[in-house]
Amino acid sequence: MKYIAYFILCLIIWFLLTARIYLENIVAGILVSGITTLFFGRYFIEGVGKFLEPKRYFWLLVYLIMFIWECIKANFDVAYRVLHPAMPIRPGIVKVNVTIRSEFGKAILANSITMTPGTISVDLIGDTLYVHWINVFTDDPGKYSRIVSGRFENLLKKIFD
Amino acid sequence: MSDILFYLLIGTGILFDLFGCIGLLRLPDVYNRLQSATKCVTLGTCCIAASLLARYGLADFGLKALLIIPLLFFTSTVAAHALARGSYKAGIRLWKGSVKDDYSKAEANEPVKE
Repeated sequence: MKYIAYFILCLIIWFLLTARIYLENIVAGILVSGITTLFFGRYFIEGVGKFLEPKRYFWLLVYLIMFIWECIKANFDVAYRVLHPAMPIRPGIVKVNVTIRSEFGKAILANSITMTPGTISVDLIGDTLYVHWINVFTDDPGKYSRIVSGRFENLLKKIFD
Repeated sequence: MSDILFYLLIGTGILFDLFGCIGLLRLPDVYNRLQSATKCVTLGTCCIAASLLARYGLADFGLKALLIIPLLFFTSTVAAHALARGSYKAGIRLWKGSVKDDYSKAEANEPVKE
């Protein structure tokens, strides 16, 4: 089942990349996607039935809008810290617990954290995420987990779990 | 209209790329430099790709530019993670002004798998 989903995904990317639909192109696309699926299909995510549930796409859209907004904020934040003559940074690595079940969800959460203001994810061990934070202004673990991962975690749970 | 959007996006993109480069030079250690390199350069490059989409529409160029955005998002974030983790494992300490390091404890507990 997951091989079929992976094959279709590969085919969609192939057609986006070539942007032409005629016979040779379709045959080449099927061939290339087939070979890719043969080698890398087993690394694809489990539970591909989730692709067919429409409400997940709705939350994905909400997540994307929120993500782009956070991303733009992150850039102004970095630009401010970089251009400020005194460089107002207080860096450190903090520990955050994640509650998402699915592996892919965890990966996307870590990636989102990397793109949001002031944080990059360093490592994920089990359910604990280690995050390098450029401006550690509080020592309270509950408070900073909410700031670092709370923005996305609930949304990503709706999408992937 | 699409021309205005094109110039606006490409200008923003180059500006953010520039901020990323300034950050790369000014910030004190490898982890802080990764912050600026990842965020600013990714959004800057995404803006440049989006500007191509605005200029050429959903034809050949535009679609490829659109495809670059998710690829860049995944690769640059994963690369940042790999670089940060790799440099920590290689023994590069945090900048002396750092206030907190929870990872050092985890580092001691975790068996190194090769």
